Parts: sequence; C-alpha cells; structure tokens
Amino acid sequence: MSESSVLQVNGLKTSFFMDKTEVPAVDHVDFDLKQGEIIAIVGESGCGKSVTSLSIMGLVPHPPGKVVGGEVFFNDEDLLKVSESKMRDIRGNEIAMIFQEPMTSLNPLFTIGNQITEAILIHRKWSKKQAKAKAIEYLKLVGLPRAEALMNEYPHQLSGGMRQRVMIAMAMVCEPKVLIADEPTTALDVTIQSQILALMKRLNQKLNTSIILITHDLGVVSEICERVIVMYAGKIVEEADVKTIFEHPEHPYTKGLIQSVPDIRNKKERLYSIPGNVPIPGSIKKGCRFADRCEFVMDRCREKTPELISIEGDHKVRCFLHQESEEQN
Amino acid sequence: MAELAPNKAPETAIRGARFLLWLEAWKSFKKNKLAVVGLIIVLIFVFLAVFAPVITPEGINEQKLAERLQPPSSEHWLGTDDFGRDILSRIIHGARISLWVGFVSVIGSIVVGCFLGILAGYYGRWVDTLISRFFDIMLAFPSMLLAIAIVAVLGPSLRNALIAIAIINVPNFGRLIRSKVLSIKQEEYITAAKAIGMRDRRILFHHILPNSMAPIIVQGTLAIATAIIEAAALGFLGLGAEPPTPEWGKMLADSKDYLVQAPWTMFFPGIAIMLTVLGFNLMGDGLRDALDPRMKN
Repeated sequence: MSESSVLQVNGLKTSFFMDKTEVPAVDHVDFDLKQGEIIAIVGESGCGKSVTSLSIMGLVPHPPGKVVGGEVFFNDEDLLKVSESKMRDIRGNEIAMIFQEPMTSLNPLFTIGNQITEAILIHRKWSKKQAKAKAIEYLKLVGLPRAEALMNEYPHQLSGGMRQRVMIAMAMVCEPKVLIADEPTTALDVTIQSQILALMKRLNQKLNTSIILITHDLGVVSEICERVIVMYAGKIVEEADVKTIFEHPEHPYTKGLIQSVPDIRNKKERLYSIPGNVPIPGSIKKGCRFADRCEFVMDRCREKTPELISIEGDHKVRCFLHQESEEQN
Repeated sequence: MAELAPNKAPETAIRGARFLLWLEAWKSFKKNKLAVVGLIIVLIFVFLAVFAPVITPEGINEQKLAERLQPPSSEHWLGTDDFGRDILSRIIHGARISLWVGFVSVIGSIVVGCFLGILAGYYGRWVDTLISRFFDIMLAFPSMLLAIAIVAVLGPSLRNALIAIAIINVPNFGRLIRSKVLSIKQEEYITAAKAIGMRDRRILFHHILPNSMAPIIVQGTLAIATAIIEAAALGFLGLGAEPPTPEWGKMLADSKDYLVQAPWTMFFPGIAIMLTVLGFNLMGDGLRDALDPRMKN
C-alpha cells in the first residue's frame, strides 16, 4: 500500500449466484484512491459500477451476491476479512456512501434531524444536544437554508436537491476518509446537479475527503474528477487522468462514450451511440467483452482476453490495439 | 409548524410533527362518512363497555322468574330472558367481554405475528422457510376448526377461547408483515441505514417495523371484528364463556330454545354482534384509505 493511498482495491471479484451458476458482476478490479483525491468510475448501466461500491462497503445483497475474491485495503486492513461489527464501525464513520435516489434514501417516517443525529450517535458517544448542534452545523455546511427548522421537517417536505444535500450532510457528518457517491446527481435536474457537484468538490477540499464518484455521465466527470476509471462488463477497460481520457481516449469503448456526449459547438444530425447493449454478465466466456460492439474488432479479440497494460505513465488500457503496437515496437 | 417553534426541545418538536402526520390521516378519514359511522358505533360500544356497571339498569344475573321471557317494554327495553334477566343489561355487560376478547386477542396475534413475520422477512433463507411453512400449515386448517381444537385441548373457558382466537390469527399478521418487510428491506433508505453503520436490530425495529405499521393497523381493526365473531361462535358452541357470563354468543345459544315464543332473546344479542362487527369493518375500511400512502403526496 503506497504512502498516500487511503483505499486500495486489488483483484476484487463479486459474483451473483443464480440457479447455481456463477455470474461475475465485478471481475478483477484494481484501483487505488489517494488521500483527498476524487476519482470517477464510469460506464453504462449494468457494467458493475454500483456492485464495486457495494463490495467495498460490504453491502452486496447476499444472497444472491457474494464477494468471491480480492482485497480491499483501508487503514492497512482488508475490509473483506474484518468482522461484521468492525465493518459497522467503519461504515458511515470512515467510509460513507450516498445513493442515486434522494427521494427514497431517507426514511419517510422520521424527521431530518432525527436521521442525522442518529447517524452521529451510532459512531459517537455524544449527548443528543451535541449531536443536534453538529447536525445543524453540517446542514449549514451543505448549503441548506434555515437548517434549524429543517431539523424538524420530514423528507417529503423537501425537494430532491435538498434531500440529496441532506444525504451528503448525513454521510459527511462523521468526517469519513472516503465518500462513495453512487450516481449522486442522476435523479436531479441539471442546475441542481452542478450545485451538488460543486458542493462535493468544496467538501473534498475543505475536509480532505477522498471521493469515489460513480456515474455514467461524462459531463459530471469532467467537472470535478481528477482520475477516471472506465468499466465495461465488470472489468476496467481504461484508466487515466481526466484530461487524458477526454483528449486521448485509447479504448474503443471510451472513445464511443465520449462521442456520445452531445457537444453544442459541433451540431451533428444524429448523436453517436455505441451499437448494441452491455452483454448479460457471464454470457461472454472468452475473448474481449467489448468485441461484439467494437468497430476495430480483430480475430484475436474473440479468442483471448486482453490485459490491462500501461501505455503511458498512469494511462492504462485493456485493448489489443495497443498491445499490438507495443509488441511491434 | 417548525418555524413557529424553533426553540422547542427537539424531542417535543419531533413528537409534534409526528402528531401532524396523524392529523393528516384523520383529515382524510373524516371525509369518509361510512368510516365515521363505523367509528361512532365502535365508540358507543366502547363507552357502554367502560361504563357498564354505572349505566345498566340491572346486574348481569338478577333473576326474576316472575318476569321471565317478557317482550320489550318501558321497564325492560329489550325484554327479559328465560331467567327473567334484563337483556339490555346483559348486552351492555357483554360488550365488555366481546371488546376485551377482540382487542386482547388481536394485540396478541399482532405481537407474535409481527415478531415471526419480521424474522422471516428480514433474515430469509431457512428462517423464512421454517416460519412460512409453519404459517402455511396453520392456514391449511379451517380457522374455526383449529380454534375448536385448541379450546378442546386447553379446556373450555373465556380465557382459553381468547388464546385460541389469538393463535389462529397469528399467520394472517405474520404473512402480512413478512411481505411488507420483504418490500421495505429493498428500499434505498434501508441500504442507506446500513451504509451509516446501523445494527440489524435497530434497522428492524426502528426503520422497518414503523414503516410496516399502516397495514397492520388496518388489518388489526378488521381482525377485531372477526375475533368478536369467533368468540361469539365459540361461546355459542359452549366452548367459551361459562354461565352466567353475559357473552353474546352464549346468550344466542341459551335463547335458541325460545326462538318462537320470545324472538327478542335471540334478536338483540345478534344485533349487538352485528353492529360491533359492522362498526369495526367500516372503521377498518376507512383507516385503510386514510393510511394508504398513495393517497398522500
């Protein structure tokens, strides 16, 4: 584990077991997260982004899901091996998570104040009064007006954007080292999206929290992230800093993703889309999982699975197009 | 409301806000006229039951053989039975028994049913299989037959009839809460609760249970009605209250020999059963609409 990383994922493999057959949803994923860094995990629906985050949190629904291999190092401990009670101490306290649907992530029966103070009191032996003061402080920190009054309001009285701010306040209130944000802006409209992203960036700078942002929206990525991991069908296909990903994407899938983002300066008749869909997990037994949708597909792509290789510094890509050029050199 | 009381202690304010939630339900309940009629009927019977000794003209067992089998008159509003006892007084005292049996047996069923149902729904796998099959086995018997069998084992008495009724209603509540737990545990706020490091027990009792209460309240109200009928049926069969307890079903059974001579002896206890059951059913239907989350915004 390098000096500055807070979280290191090695060879993480999570499978779902359906009728005795093993369906890998996340397949040998490695990455590390540095102190204060914001990384993005990008990919289409069903490519294993959310399962990766749930695996780190130890919240994969079981059955049918199970983490079958790999290591998740946090504070020199493998989170996949620690006891459930130890894991409970880490969740929310050291690694927190926010979810896609702010409308349903809060318990409808309890007030905002009730839920945030509860989150504090799980991990801190504070008095109710202290917890309440802290909750109000964090509601203010996430930019919610009239924080004191909000403490006594119910989730249904708040808008989606406000609820997502509450979720962020709740996640940050114990000052975790790592925040996993699973599509935090997908359910929000665009103006609120950018406010929430700006808020996350601000919290990241202020509290030095590392953030893993899971998204399918490249616009979100370009706004706040430093490093991008592109996932496809459970595997990492490309990893690079945000500038490189947008300027020199190397994997055909990344290229496709970037081309599918509408660009106002360059009005085309029709927006590009990658043909086909993400393969059903487990349906591809051999070869590159993107082969069927790739415009540069070669025979060997269907035979062997390419390795994730480094092509320039931190820029890694999993594609034979680049392995070939290396071999030729 | 919160703006009006920013300086209140958080606990009182939270309780106040929860009170508001019930106020909403009450407002929508009030709009349903039939439900209000049901509520009024139930309240009347509750009132009669609570103040029975004060308001009844006679005691439950004041036998006046000279006045036996008298038709309704200004002296005995609902007539007298074969021992010359005032039927009105006995019905009012009977309300105590029926409501007591109804409430207590249903509360018993809810407590046991919720506990088993929550375990089955939340933990799943073999726990679920075990509990659900147990419910299936119980539901395979006609409920009345099962109640009779249980009373036969325990011995006939009002208390044992109550226990039997509570037992036969357990699977209904258990299944209801199990299905509710199954859907609620998929909710994102439960995952979110886990993600802040909450314990299973706290999630179960503080987050899942309160969220599954609405259908339980509705089902509970309706179940009180059935429990009253079942208690009356057991009483009618001689498996419930012992004489001279003025249990409505028992009163029906005792008066069946005089059906032709003195139909009021049978008619009025029957009306009393019908009215309470109707009251609880109307109220339950109203509650279902009032507590339905789809009716809220």
